[in-house]
Parts: sequence; C-alpha cells; structure tokens
Amino acid sequence: MQLSTKHLLGIKYITQADISLILSTAKQFKEVLQRPIKKVPSLRDVTIVNLFYENSTRTRISFELAEKRLSADTINFTMSGSSAAKGETLLDTVNNILSMKVDMVVMRHSASGAPHFLAKHIPAAIINAGDGINEHPTQALLDAFSIIEKLGTLEGKKIVLVGDIMHSRVALSNIYLLKKMGAEVMVAGPPTLIPKYIKEAMDVRVEYNLKKALEWCDVANVLRIQLERQNQVLFSSLREYNLAYGVSRKLLDSLNKEIIIMHPGPINRGVEIDSDVADGNQSIILQQVENGVAVRMAALYLLSGKS
Amino acid sequence: MKEIINAQELQTQLKRLAVQLIAKHPNLTDVVIIGIQQGGVVMADELVIALQDLCPSQTIHYGQLDITFYRDDIRREIHAPDAMNIPFGIENKIVVLIDDVLFTGRTIKAALDVLLDYGRPDKVELCVLIDRKEHRQFPIQADYVGLMVQTNKQEKVKLVKQEDGSKHVILING
Repeated sequence: MQLSTKHLLGIKYITQADISLILSTAKQFKEVLQRPIKKVPSLRDVTIVNLFYENSTRTRISFELAEKRLSADTINFTMSGSSAAKGETLLDTVNNILSMKVDMVVMRHSASGAPHFLAKHIPAAIINAGDGINEHPTQALLDAFSIIEKLGTLEGKKIVLVGDIMHSRVALSNIYLLKKMGAEVMVAGPPTLIPKYIKEAMDVRVEYNLKKALEWCDVANVLRIQLERQNQVLFSSLREYNLAYGVSRKLLDSLNKEIIIMHPGPINRGVEIDSDVADGNQSIILQQVENGVAVRMAALYLLSGKS
Repeated sequence: MKEIINAQELQTQLKRLAVQLIAKHPNLTDVVIIGIQQGGVVMADELVIALQDLCPSQTIHYGQLDITFYRDDIRREIHAPDAMNIPFGIENKIVVLIDDVLFTGRTIKAALDVLLDYGRPDKVELCVLIDRKEHRQFPIQADYVGLMVQTNKQEKVKLVKQEDGSKHVILING
C-alpha cells in the first residue's frame, strides 16, 4: 500500500484509499505514542524543514513533535527573524534551504496555493500545513481520525461545520474529506460567512439556523471567527455573533440528543463557543490535539519514501 | 507453489514446539509469548492454544509485535503497518519471539530493536516454524525450530491461512 501522491497539498488531490491508509497508519502511531519510549527510528535518515510564514502554535508544535517521534532531523523557519523579511522570494528561500540537503518541507503560508507553487519548482515532498483560505489537510485528517475514534466510522454520519466557512481552510479540507469518506456534510452560520454557491459547488447542505443545524447532526465542528482574514464588516459585533451562532450549554441542553463538539483551535471563548461547552464532556477538542501528532506522523511517514 | 507443511503436519509441529517450550519453562509466570506480524502472529495464535492445552491452569501472556517502523529497508519501499499489541510489561521477563520463517535474520534484528524500546527483558528466545539457515545475513539463530528447509534465495516461504480457515506452509518460486 502506497499513497497515490508525492505531496500532501490538499484533501482535494488525494483518494479515499489514501485517506484510509493515512488514518489506519495513524492508529498504529497512536499506539507508539502510548509506549514508554514514544519514538520509532523510521525517519532517522530524513531531514525536514518546517516553513511557517504565518503564525501557529498547535500545528507547528504538532508537526515538530511528530517529526521528532519519527527520529527525523528538523529545522524551523519562521517569517520573523528570517531573510524573507529582507525581501527574499519564497522560491529563493526554499532553494537555499534545500541546497543544505533537506528532504521534506512542511509549509504554512498566508497565500492560498503557495505550497502548490512550490511543488512545481522543487524536488522535495511537501506537506501543506495550511495555505491562506484554501486547505489545511492534516487538520481534516485529524478531525476525521477523532470522529472515527468516537463513532467508529464516517460513513453516513452527519457532520456540521459551524461558523466562518468563508475564511476557513479547515472547513474546505473537512468538506472534501468527509464527502470522500461518505459522510453527510452541512455548513451553518450567518449568510455573510457562507460562500454563496457552496451548496451547488461542494454538494453540502446549508443552514442559517444554528439550533436546526445542531438538531440534524451527530458532530458539530465549530470554527474560529477569522478576524484577521476579514477585510469588511460581515457581522455587527462579536457579542451579537455569540448570541446568534455561539454554541452554548443552554443550546446543547435544549437538543433531544447528545452531539460531539469539536474545534480546530485556537478558541475564541465566548464568541463561537462558550467555555462550559469547550471544556464540557461532549467536547473532544483536546483529543483532536492529541490525535494530531499521530496523524502527522502517518502523513510524514507515508510521504517519506517519495522524495 | 509447493506445500511444505500441510495443515495436519502443522498441528504436529506446533505441539512439538509447545512441548519443547514447556520442558524449558515449566512455569510460564515470567514468560511472555510475542508473535511477529504477520506470519508469526498466525503461528503464535495456534501455538498459544497448544500451550494452553498442555498446561490449562497457567495464564499465558501473549502479545503481537510489528516491525514496520523499524525496518532497515524502509527507504526502498514504505509499508503500511500492522497492529501492535503488548498489553503487559516485558521488564525482567523471558520473551519468546515467534515467527513463521527465519530467513535473513533482519526481521528478528528489527523485532529486537522494537522490544528494547518497550523495556529490558531478562532474556529473549526465538521460536520458528521454518529455518532457512543457509541464507542468514545476521548472526541470529533460533532456540526452537520446527523444520529446517533447503531453499533457493529467491524463493518465498510462508505460513498462510487457507480458505477453510486451516493453515499450511507454502513455498513460492521466485
């Protein structure tokens, strides 16, 4: 069994078999992470650069930990303090790094398509760790892994993505993945934060009433309001957003069933989700973070043979 | 494809190996049986039954080990991993590794690497169904051997499950 692709640029470009292979491999890596020595020698001959042109806590730490657990050598690049701040182009920066014998690139960039551009110009395997408002494939994979851990399968399950669908790469990657794995997908949020033709383009349900959406679903993946990507006023205030679209304890208690609550982080407490929900027993937010390391180990491992 | 050990002979071989094991370790308290994925697990599943038949009152510790992440040829081809399950400590225990075929010795070397990441066993023994001794590439030998077999290097020997659920050992020409 091998992946059909050399890079992990987006869920859009990988097959159902690829997704299943990554998830089943991640399951074995999760076992590795429970051992007294949480490390395997698989990638000890591989050097990986983590190129983070955009801020990140979880994803960067998660990738770095995954690389270390696989015994890879790692180097970290962040925008601040680098020559990119002096005007060096992306391709020049990467070619300089690769000339120092680096095998794989993990990359986050605020421009959608940046890793795709890089993939056309360099020989190393690339993993997209989030590009602009396009995709965040490893987040979708760890979300899927976490849902399967809870529900056993994705097939036929009802997942709603709540909130800022417009600016969310997590939403797009999740939609691609969930559709490929046979789940039913709904997006819910204010009309200004939901792309106009998403229903036709992505074949998903659209719901503007949060309560109705939650009543329909098995799992609610609540997304962060991406204030840094919004250049116009899309809702009147955070307080008003919270009243209409915030997931609250009261709202969850009013449903006639118990749903699973997810959030890719970072959380805006009291905006898209209230603290007692985020920290409550229906929330699997911290399991998502834990599973992230195993899923990224799987992606790195499976792609490491391709360079 | 040639059958080397048929289903009936397999049962006889496994019983013989179980008897040898018990003769050496009458008390199984400190012994753990660990099958190596995949053929070794197929064999160990049966061997554990044979052991339990011989000493019904004793508890047998049985786990499965996968070497995928420790392979020394990992860069030639990436393999999907199999399940690993060692639900007990191996510290200060006597580990009996089980594999269907001992060939180059590389699998066993990798299995030892995996084991040492789990703990420090007192002793590690090796029990195999088939020994293809003349092709060894590492100084590794088994403590318990079912059958020595003369083979060509490019041939493949493995323990497989048949459609009716019974198991046999086959040789495939390379």
